[in-house]
Amino acid sequence: MKREDSISGSLDWPTIGLYLALVFLGWINIYAVVYDEGVHQPIFSLTLNSGRQLVFIVASFFIIMGIVILDMRFYETFAYVLYGLILVLLFLVPIIGKEVGGNKAWIGIGSFGVQPSEFAKFVVALAVAKYISSVGFRMDNLRNQAILFGIIGLPMALILFQKDTGTALVFTSFIFVFFREGMSPFLMIVGICAAAIFILTLLIPNQLYLHGAIITLLILLIGFGKKKFKRIAILTVGAVMIMGVIESVDYVVTDVLKPHQQNRVKALINPDVDPLGFGWNVTQSKIAIGSGGFFGKGFLKGTQTKFDFVPEQSTDFIFCTIGEEHGWVGSLVVVALFVALLLRIIFIAERQKNRFTRVYAYSIASIFFFHFAVNIGMTVGLFPVIGIPLPFFSYGGSSLWGFTILLFILLKLDAHRGQVLQRI
Amino acid sequence: MNEGRKEILQIVIVLVALVFLVKLFFIQVVDDRYAELSDSNAILRQTEYPVRGLIKDRHGKLIVYNTPEFNLEVLLKDVKRFDSAKFCAVFEISREELRKKFKEMKARKEYSRFKPTLFLSQLSTTDFAKVQDYLDEFPGFYVQPRTTRAYSSAALANALGYVSEISKTKLENDASKIYKQGDYIGQSGIEGFYEEQLRGTRGVRIKLRNVKGIIKGSFKDGAYDTLSIPGQDLTTGIDLELQKYGEYLMGGKSGSVAAIEPSSGEILALVSGPSYDPNLLTGRRYSSNFRLISSDTNKPLFNRPLMAQYRPGSIFKIAQAMTALQEGVITPETRIRCDRTLIDCHGDHTNEDLRGAITNSCNPYFLGVLRRMLNKGIIDDPFKDTRIGLAEWDKHIMSFGFGKPLGIDLPNEKNGLVPTPEMYDQAYHNRPWKFSNIYSIAIGEGENLVVPLQMANFVATIANRGYYYAPHIVKAIGKDQKPLPQYLIRHYTTIDSANFRVAIDAMQRVVDAGTGMRAKLRDIIVCGKTGTVQNDPLPDHAVFIAFAPRENPKIAISVYVEDSGQGGRSAASIASLMIEKYLLGHTNRPYIEQYVMNGKFLDPK
Repeated sequence: MKREDSISGSLDWPTIGLYLALVFLGWINIYAVVYDEGVHQPIFSLTLNSGRQLVFIVASFFIIMGIVILDMRFYETFAYVLYGLILVLLFLVPIIGKEVGGNKAWIGIGSFGVQPSEFAKFVVALAVAKYISSVGFRMDNLRNQAILFGIIGLPMALILFQKDTGTALVFTSFIFVFFREGMSPFLMIVGICAAAIFILTLLIPNQLYLHGAIITLLILLIGFGKKKFKRIAILTVGAVMIMGVIESVDYVVTDVLKPHQQNRVKALINPDVDPLGFGWNVTQSKIAIGSGGFFGKGFLKGTQTKFDFVPEQSTDFIFCTIGEEHGWVGSLVVVALFVALLLRIIFIAERQKNRFTRVYAYSIASIFFFHFAVNIGMTVGLFPVIGIPLPFFSYGGSSLWGFTILLFILLKLDAHRGQVLQRI
Repeated sequence: MNEGRKEILQIVIVLVALVFLVKLFFIQVVDDRYAELSDSNAILRQTEYPVRGLIKDRHGKLIVYNTPEFNLEVLLKDVKRFDSAKFCAVFEISREELRKKFKEMKARKEYSRFKPTLFLSQLSTTDFAKVQDYLDEFPGFYVQPRTTRAYSSAALANALGYVSEISKTKLENDASKIYKQGDYIGQSGIEGFYEEQLRGTRGVRIKLRNVKGIIKGSFKDGAYDTLSIPGQDLTTGIDLELQKYGEYLMGGKSGSVAAIEPSSGEILALVSGPSYDPNLLTGRRYSSNFRLISSDTNKPLFNRPLMAQYRPGSIFKIAQAMTALQEGVITPETRIRCDRTLIDCHGDHTNEDLRGAITNSCNPYFLGVLRRMLNKGIIDDPFKDTRIGLAEWDKHIMSFGFGKPLGIDLPNEKNGLVPTPEMYDQAYHNRPWKFSNIYSIAIGEGENLVVPLQMANFVATIANRGYYYAPHIVKAIGKDQKPLPQYLIRHYTTIDSANFRVAIDAMQRVVDAGTGMRAKLRDIIVCGKTGTVQNDPLPDHAVFIAFAPRENPKIAISVYVEDSGQGGRSAASIASLMIEKYLLGHTNRPYIEQYVMNGKFLDPK
């Protein structure tokens, strides 16, 4: 008893408070989605998603207790073992899994199904943390970098094989961790530039203008900079590469992306092209949020989400309910809660003396941030539709448990930060 | 080496959050578009159609009422495989039509598997009775009731008008924004003229619906719902029995009968021959029947009492006489020789006074009267003198309601024509004209044009000794039992009341012992005037105007029968039968009725 007291005392209660607030708000918004004025079912009814979500929430409290009770050394010690296990599971999913919503990402356990990919996130985070904190690891070492990318690349490939592109993309968020731990920002900048050029190419119909702009920029840079051969060569090669990317956009859009992915990209650029077809999700999502006004329509008073105009509204598009029923003020509260949580995790990360915990903390901050940015970005029409949940809000046991485990392993590790000897 | 990287990550997080909040602020607070789109998504306005007002005759008998009809609707999600051969047999459509219907339905913009869609419209009650036994064999097909117009008889078709779906052009021009596509609207006749009173006020129920169009309840518990208000009932001045009798008498003839109650201007009967059965223009067969009727060469849709502009013929001599008396160019005792040089005459009279001239319909007499009126010698120049005279003449003639629409409560009323100096200027290309150019207007020929309703109004004016109420069909609207306000105004002619006595005396003589003897009734003094209008090369048109009884007249009537010779034959017979029927409730002269129905009015060649 005494030991448990001391642990609960050293847990980071502000984070727990934010966690509970997000879970609670998520739960009542799930109720708002399924609420039917004619039927008046209570929020606890197990026939409703809200009732089932409550079961998932209660279950996650048991998971939390388990995490807290487990010895802190378990996570670091068994990081690779867990990693191996999850790879096996992910490999098995396409073989023994069941198909839900076009993705074969679920494994049935009795009447429940779980998504191994949701749990892969914390396992990969642990593995990444263990590898980076291992003795002799150097971020500027090419071999170390290659292994690091392998650690995130393998599960990503397996998840992509399940056709769950959204979850696979989540693993790209580890780039932030690597950046924090000393990787050259070059990779990040190249990535962002490529994405920017990609979108610009889609926005500007005539690619000649883009080419013209790049050549002009190149001439200016050469003309006004130092006229060293090496610099001119690098600039020219860079410009040619960018122009190559532009030329490849059409190929990527039409040949590499699958038709539904192409449509999501096109819908982002212009949802009015086919508002009843592929533009439907974005259009309806924006209508729902936009109709909320400043203060919203009131709890359970939303028409767009309640009457199924917005698809996937209790899972990926749960933010619409908040936007519609609670308006800009409600959206502000939710966005603020997420920002507070993210900044708190970074704060926790920075107070660690132990590199393993710090890397792990940054990993989960990155994962949460990716989910937050992509999910809300897609509901307000700033990002293509990628089916990933809003942490703690979206309906679903696997995602809630996955995020809970992610967060509470950190809190467990953080609670023991004083007991760990500092390692470089 | 990793200095500042923590801060960069923190800044990125806050920046993304700020971008979201700004974007949210734009779509939620700044842009109203989304709120509207949300309403149009989830809010469904269901129109509740009011019952259209009834139309009754002067005794309260129903002329037009509402009857249920049934629309066959289909809810595609419930449709199972069905026996299409049987379906076609039950609903009386061909297999091609069935296939076409499904195709059309799917091509519609608002097509939904979850919403009931119109499949067949306007099944009648008999159709419905036949079909309903089979309905359970075709799941997904439902019958929806709605009302349509029905008529208690085939009478009065042209005056009633009809109700049909609003046309595209009307819909576009509808400033009131009341109508939607597929709505019914009164077309022509009373249905068109009194559309505003008949249609009532629509109710609206505001419902919330989900993405599949399924109703999920009332918006704000029905706080914004309104009930429909039924249309106002109209009581017409029509005597339905008289109307039917008139149509019976006009059977097989072209022309019109217009009967007016002089003391009120209420129209008692308005017959246009040939006519059609208004029941043909209701329900499912509207379109095909309308095509048939409108392409009929006898023009049954042409409402002759209001639209057919005829030369009035001899009945116009009474207007001449009144005008001349008023101008003082003659007295009742003035005699003019029947010299028959410039214009021919009939009968063996030679030198009549005014009464005699009217009774004998003496052409030279009225030629002389018009000459005195147009050439008063105010100015020496005969051309200018005629102008002045004609302008004076126009003023009097027009005060009888000629030359302009009387303002009946039916659409498409024509002007008729009273020639004016300006009109002759135009006709003669501004070359001079004088009395000798225009004298045929003296006997109601020449340029004069009158519609039968104006003739009836003219004789009602004589019956009233100098005034009229604009003729109108509807005598009472809704509960306040009043006609439109313009029908309560008395219009006086420019003729002194005393002058009409001469005309009435003469008209009594026409019926008692003159050309209109077929109109004579036993106990009722009928005053009338025949007219025979030239219609070369076809036979003459027959005209008769009359009112009765002489004192305190109850009915004034004009009858115009095309191509049937002397006015004293067909027209006078029909007019007198109508008078008899109206005043007595029955007719006592089967031989006259027989004569009318035989339809042989022309002299054998």
